[in-house]
Amino acid sequence: MKVGIIRFPGSNCDRDVFHALELAGGQPDYVWWNQRDLSQFDAIVIPGGFSYGDYLRAGSIAAITPVIEGIKDIVKDEKPVLGICNGAQILAEVGLVPGVFTLNEKAQFICEWVELEVKTTRTPFTRMYHKKEVIKMPIAHAEGRYYTEYIDQLHDQDQIVLAFEGENPNGSMEAITGVCDQEGLVCAIMPHPERASEYILGSDDGLKFFKGIINY
Amino acid sequence: MKYDAQVEINLKKGMLNPEASTIQRALALLNYQVEDTSTIEIIKFTLEAEDSDVAHDEVVEMCERLLCNPVIHDYQIQINPAGD
Repeated sequence: MKVGIIRFPGSNCDRDVFHALELAGGQPDYVWWNQRDLSQFDAIVIPGGFSYGDYLRAGSIAAITPVIEGIKDIVKDEKPVLGICNGAQILAEVGLVPGVFTLNEKAQFICEWVELEVKTTRTPFTRMYHKKEVIKMPIAHAEGRYYTEYIDQLHDQDQIVLAFEGENPNGSMEAITGVCDQEGLVCAIMPHPERASEYILGSDDGLKFFKGIINY
Repeated sequence: MKYDAQVEINLKKGMLNPEASTIQRALALLNYQVEDTSTIEIIKFTLEAEDSDVAHDEVVEMCERLLCNPVIHDYQIQINPAGD
């Protein structure tokens, strides 16, 4: 299972994602932001970091690079795409998932472990969890507050993937911190499953996010 | 012709502005009690266009494609002949 990991200037979670995908049994490879053709891959992950310095809005500049057209083709081919943190912001800026991830309620960068509820298991990334399963993963972001004008659609179409369990650290609408598109193949999450992919890191709850793609 | 463009980007009414709230609280620490604090982002540049309508339309495209996020932003554009 060949998985492409997109690298923008400023991406910094690429190597952790590479390692997690290898642990999950995949064959990851890096892709530079100006590569237009991604057809060699079976799935794509957009990792976290600070692409283009988070300038203008986090993910806004990555959203207009050539590789995004390649990602849109991947989506048309019905292959899975996962955006983690900055990757989630990029997918929202492109409009491949609804809504925005904007400045945290208290205007602070939050870096902490959180508990999350898995809201749907219909995506490749969450199919190996149980619905309503509570898992632990770290978040590390300043612009993670989720907002959408289409909250009713998100409920009706089962597009909410993850929500904060217990405390809502960043003021996200309905504590939402992961969403997907209507097909359930494009998933944008703020927490970092690659940072919870091995027990030695504090939790391996995140590994199934990657295992779910590998055997898809 | 060269035109000076100025784009003012506001958060939509009702959207939380944590930066503005923080500024208001920080002013209070200095004993300035202010209300209704908001922040606006301004982006300025010069562009070449046939006339001011063409310039305006191009800047609208820039706002829609990059400068603003229509989910959370409203914007105003000012176009003036360069150097005014």
